[in-house]
Amino acid sequence: MTKDFKDTPITPDRFMAEFMRWKRGSITRRHFMGVTGLGLATAVLSRFPGAGINPAFAEDLGTQMAIATWPNYHDPATFEAFTAATGVAVEVNVFGSNEEMLAKLQAGGAGWSLFVPTNYTISTYAGLKLIDALDLSMIPNFSPSTQNPRFTSEGMIDGTTYALPKNWGTTGFAVNTAELKKPMTTWKDFFATAMNEADGRAMVHDYQLTTIGSALVSLGLDFNSTKPEDLAQAEKLLLEVKPHLFAINSDYQPSMRSTDAWMTMCWTNDGAQLNRDMPEIAYILGTDGGEIWTDYYAIPSSAPNKAAGYALLNFLMDPAVAVKEHIANGAPATDSRVIALLPPEITSNKIVYPDEASLTPLEFGAAATLTDPGRAELMARFKSA
Amino acid sequence: MALSAAARKRWVTAALLAPAGLWLFFFLVLPFIAILIFSFGERAPAGGYQPALTLANYLNIPARGAAFLNTAILAPIGAATCLAIAYPAAWFLALRVDPKHRLMLVALMIVPFWTSMLVRTYAWMYLLGARGIPQLLEMIGIDNVRLINTPGAVLLGIVYGYLPLMVMPIYVSLEKLDRRLLEASSDLGAKPLSTFLTVTLPLSMPGVMTGVALVSILLLGEYLIPQMLGGGKVYFIGNALVDLFLQSRNWPFGSAIAVALVLGVVGVLLVTMRIAWKVSGTRQMDLV
Repeated sequence: MTKDFKDTPITPDRFMAEFMRWKRGSITRRHFMGVTGLGLATAVLSRFPGAGINPAFAEDLGTQMAIATWPNYHDPATFEAFTAATGVAVEVNVFGSNEEMLAKLQAGGAGWSLFVPTNYTISTYAGLKLIDALDLSMIPNFSPSTQNPRFTSEGMIDGTTYALPKNWGTTGFAVNTAELKKPMTTWKDFFATAMNEADGRAMVHDYQLTTIGSALVSLGLDFNSTKPEDLAQAEKLLLEVKPHLFAINSDYQPSMRSTDAWMTMCWTNDGAQLNRDMPEIAYILGTDGGEIWTDYYAIPSSAPNKAAGYALLNFLMDPAVAVKEHIANGAPATDSRVIALLPPEITSNKIVYPDEASLTPLEFGAAATLTDPGRAELMARFKSA
Repeated sequence: MALSAAARKRWVTAALLAPAGLWLFFFLVLPFIAILIFSFGERAPAGGYQPALTLANYLNIPARGAAFLNTAILAPIGAATCLAIAYPAAWFLALRVDPKHRLMLVALMIVPFWTSMLVRTYAWMYLLGARGIPQLLEMIGIDNVRLINTPGAVLLGIVYGYLPLMVMPIYVSLEKLDRRLLEASSDLGAKPLSTFLTVTLPLSMPGVMTGVALVSILLLGEYLIPQMLGGGKVYFIGNALVDLFLQSRNWPFGSAIAVALVLGVVGVLLVTMRIAWKVSGTRQMDLV
């Protein structure tokens, strides 16, 4: 797909194309960094700027923009199609946590024109004036009437829309049923099994929101609690469980696949991918509670290319594009127009689209939960114990 | 106006030193000043830094005592294990190998550095995981061996990753050893062991201490190996720093710990240099 240009003088476009190729060569290592949470990593997925430029767009949108997002969360063809349609090359920055994204944006000079924050960070971003209120007239593909209101509410603050939903999901746990026959339905079961039948085989996230939250739920407490007396109980449980754990790591797919680990805290899309490849791995939502989440698209106030940010956001809101993204990443959609386009084997998959009743006990994470210093210190004590 | 020879010499020296000096100023001194200022500040409500003048962050350092302790235990053990394996290898390379093959063998020592540390550590994750070495052991009847996510796996990763950094300085100091001294020692009746202990070892001390300093200092900041081969259950200062800056975003506390770590590194350097000077009787440190 690449040509050798060495016979002709280099043009700015070609220079950029070569530069992109060079950067593209390092995708794997940087992707690794994103997955392991070492973050601040950049992968570039773009076709040559110049291939199929639409001149009308190219003048308004420039030739470059960057998006910050999560590992394995997009169909690379989406960005290639966007570049082909608009002439704007998209640089993809992969992150391991919301905190890393926030840190980068707060430090200034992140250079993103679009990014993918999770529900509980949006009020923090808006409060710090790090994101813009969205001009919905620039995003005609967004259709408020076909969105499930459960997933749009946290993008709005006092009636102003700051972010549009991308995908939603849950935080449950995955169990290798070939190794662990005992039926489990609750987080209480999860922690009890981790200390007994799954001794040395269970994993929890390296993420205070879900690890402390799920421990609280297993004790009958609130997922989002920041009360010192609740956190003290969760700490007692976590310190008791720690010697029995296989690992504290949010990158749990490799260990589940190698059967080193038999049970792990797990997000929807990972659960769907594990179950697709290894049907013996079940994905369980706690009947005693747990987390439900939505990832959103937002435009940073510091975006160097807002026009292109809006253009890409509008492109991604097109149901025909969003359905391909859904199929690529496995996380459920918030827009009924997208769900209508999905093949039945996805809409009937109970991991991706669980029954409404199993979602009822779940809670959205809160902004205060994420930034609470008490929970941060608890996590540090848990990890260093 | 013509410059005197001495003045010109000074200008040339200054010009030659300028690139390194500017580099150190902008990428070492300035960032360290920023860290120092942060360390006396406060965490902003949503994380990050807000100006203040407080010692609270330094007083809070015991809250990460376990991380300091883990590092203080594993770094010397890692450095000592590296040394125990590296010294014979370096000695063999420098004094016993046919010079024809020496260059190739030294090059082979360096070759792993051509691949990213991250990728090599991932490879170890699979080797030590259930489908790796434990599966081979099962075939010969040794069941239920757990290798991955243990302190032993972390130590293995450390030794694997840092061994070349220990071998090279020792090799360099042994390689330029004056062979006539060894012959003289043997002519004067010393047994090989006492020649080694009284001649070879003291003369290679600068290399040994350089290696120990290099490996220990890098280990004090190690983050990746405990994270990947320790399963996040083995917690070093490096891991505490990453969590403080990128997870809980308590930059001032993270800065105070970073300052403490820098002081620790300076301490290690002072001690190893002292030992090297004392033993070798010179103020020379061998750097590769």
